[in-house]
Order: sequence, then C-alpha cells, then structure tokens
Amino acid sequence: MLPEILYPFISIGALALCFGALLGFSAKKFAVVPNEKAERIKGILPGANCAACGYAGCAAFALAVAEEPGIYTYTTCPVGGPDTAAAIARVLGVEAAAANRCAAFIKCNGKDENVKRNYIYDGPKSCIAASQLATGGNKSCAYSCIGLASCKNACPFDAIRIVDSIAVVNPKKCMACGKCVAVCPKKLIEIVPNKNRVRVLCNSGDTSKLVRANCRAGCIGCTLCQKACEAGAITVKDNIAHIDYEKCTLCNKCAQKCPAKAIIGA
Amino acid sequence: MNIILMFVSAALINNYVLTQFLGMCPFFGVTKKVDAAAGMGISVLFVTTLSSVLTLVFYVYVLRPLGLEYLQTPAFILIIASIVQFVELYMKKSLGSLYSTLGIYLPMITVNCVILGVALINTRYVSDEHPFLEALANSVGAGAGFLLALVLLAAIREKYENHPDVPWIFQGFPLALFSAGLMSIAFMGFQGLI
Repeated sequence: MLPEILYPFISIGALALCFGALLGFSAKKFAVVPNEKAERIKGILPGANCAACGYAGCAAFALAVAEEPGIYTYTTCPVGGPDTAAAIARVLGVEAAAANRCAAFIKCNGKDENVKRNYIYDGPKSCIAASQLATGGNKSCAYSCIGLASCKNACPFDAIRIVDSIAVVNPKKCMACGKCVAVCPKKLIEIVPNKNRVRVLCNSGDTSKLVRANCRAGCIGCTLCQKACEAGAITVKDNIAHIDYEKCTLCNKCAQKCPAKAIIGA
Repeated sequence: MNIILMFVSAALINNYVLTQFLGMCPFFGVTKKVDAAAGMGISVLFVTTLSSVLTLVFYVYVLRPLGLEYLQTPAFILIIASIVQFVELYMKKSLGSLYSTLGIYLPMITVNCVILGVALINTRYVSDEHPFLEALANSVGAGAGFLLALVLLAAIREKYENHPDVPWIFQGFPLALFSAGLMSIAFMGFQGLI
C-alpha cells in the first residue's frame, strides 16, 4: 500500500525539485540586466508597431535609440508627433529630433467630373488588379487614381476615403507611415509636410494635348507656375510641375497663374 | 539503416503535422511569414531533440522500474516545461540574436503537442535493441518534418497573401485550411516510400 503512494510522490517530487533548483540557479547565473531606458521609451511610444520609423516595431525602435542616442537626431516616431519626440528626448537627455508632422498626399484630381471612363470595370475591387488591364484602369487618363481603395484598405489609421472615385487623405488622421505609398500601383502618393499646403494635384507625364483630351484638371506642363514663382521652388520636368517644399514660401502665385487649376493654394 | 528509415518515416511518411495532425496551432498560427515559420520550426526541432531523450531516460530508469508508467504524461510535461525554461534563460544570456528571433515562440513550445506526442511515442521503443538511438532518430525526424511543413505552408500563404484573384470570403485563414488539406493529401503520396 505504502509504495504505491510513496514512489510516485518521491519520484515526481524529486524531479520537480531538481528542475526547480536548476532553474533557480540558472535564473541567477544567466540574469540579463534589462535596458531601463529602452523600457521607458517603449512606454512613451504609441505601440502601433507600424514600422514607420524604419524599425521592426516600437520595441525595436526603443532598444535602438536607447543603445545609441545618436540615431535619435535624425530618426523619430512620425506617429507620435512632437509630444512623443520631446518625451523621448527627455529620457535620452538629447535635443529633440525635428518632428515635422507629415501626411500622405494623393497627386491626382481625376474626379468623375474631370475624367471620362474608357469602359465599365466589373473586376475585383482592387487597384492592383484594375491597373493590369488595358490603359491601366478604366479612367481616360493612364496616370489617374483608379479609386478602388487599395490605399484605403492598407491604411491602419482609417485616414483615407474615396470621394468622387479618387482617394482623399485626411491629414489629421494620417500618421505618414507610408503603407499606402507602397501599395499604390500608380505611384500617386507622396509623404508631404502638413505645413506645405501648395501642391500640384496631378502626376501625369503626358504632353499637354493628351492631358487636355483626357482630364479637365491635369497639369499641362506650360511652365507658367515656374515663371511666376519668385522663390524658384517650382521646376517643370517631363510635362509635370514639381514643388520643392523646402523652398516654397506659400505665396500662392503659382496657384493663381495655373490655367488648368492643377495647383492647389494654401 | 533502420535508424535512417526511422528518420525518413518520422519526417515524411508519418509527418507529425500533415499525417498525424499534431501541432495544428503553430501550423496555422505562425505560418504567415516564412522567417517566423522557420524560427518556430527550428525551435521545435531543437527542443524536441533535447526533451525526447531526457524524457526517455526518466521513463527507462525511474518510471518503469517503479511501475509508474501511468505517470508519464505529467512527468513528461514537467520535463519539457523545465527544459524550455532553461533553454530560454540560457539563450537570453548567451545567444542574444537567436533569442530575439525565437523569443516569442519558445514559451509556446511548452504546450506544443508535437513535442509531448514524440515523447510519448518514443516510449514504444524501450524494448528494442537501441531505444535511445531510435528515439533520437524519431525526434529529429519529427522536428525536421514539422519545420518542413511549416515552411512549406508559410511559403504558399505568402504567395497568395493580398492576391486580388482570391475571393474575399476565402482570404486569410480559410484558404490556409484548404492549402493544409491539399498538402496533407500530397504527403499521403509518401505512404509507399519504405
């Protein structure tokens, strides 16, 4: 009677005791000092793990800046904005990285009123699928936003809406993580500083004749804006105007001059 | 020769995931990306090799002489859990980069049914000529088969992830179930190999 109870008790008990001692001993021997700064920075970060900073997630970013604060002078958390940047800088004891709030911007005004439809599209609701077809989507302009919401579906912050069959970004919700930039098959999306509100609302590389035929709001590459700009911020290259956001003084002269109304003013 | 056959049998013919249907949770849980699947597979290969030998030692030299075979499940779980904990502690200190790769998968292995299944099946070999060698071949085969199944499914899932031709009702998990079923049928083709 006794062995039947005693043997299991002793054998399993001894096994558990051995392993307990081994684990207790090894926990002391292999103890790792946790990085206190990294833990504090991780607490400050938003925890969205969107990887917009270029690291695998918030924990990876926290560890990287804690171990090497020099990184922080040029990389910061674009999602957290200036408050988070300042809080992390306090933990690190360095100057806050310049955290300009940026947002995605879709360089197209191919609304239903401005473009025509080449054919009726009834395929999968995906810009990637539609862009494989003839003329790259059913809108008359081959550069136009297809409006099938691939960017909207990719957005983790619910910042993109489809209005009049083009995508529109809400800059208040946008965290500039760049997921939509990667997904857009037309390469229409750009990350732009929020304060630079003078922008070219077109991405067409077509000549003026083709643009006029296909879209009522497209940039025709006439260079009037380039001549009007006193700060030298605008260059017209490959039939499309580009604004240098560093040089732009938000004077609005280009927007007033543009005959196609392809530049939006501040 | 027999040992090699046992390895092939455990890895392909009686693949623990695709023909015996053990370890389904990591099979679907961590097969979204090939790197993660490979990390999980290698962790399981490592732990199952280590734990199956130790559990068999305990079974042969303690449980069987005392007539306590009925205690094998709790005893094996105890041993596996302790080994996983120990390996985790050791890795964190000495193999930092490997730890950060496997980090989240290691604790999950404690309750992985492939590892307990291998340990329990290994007790069949105690009356054979070389029980430990056979158990080792079986466990390494089981781990390799698990790694293979995970990496294969992850590679398939990566291919059709975000593919526009997939109807939305099949996107993600449902199509993973279909793929796993087809893989299982394919692995049945190994039946006549030995």
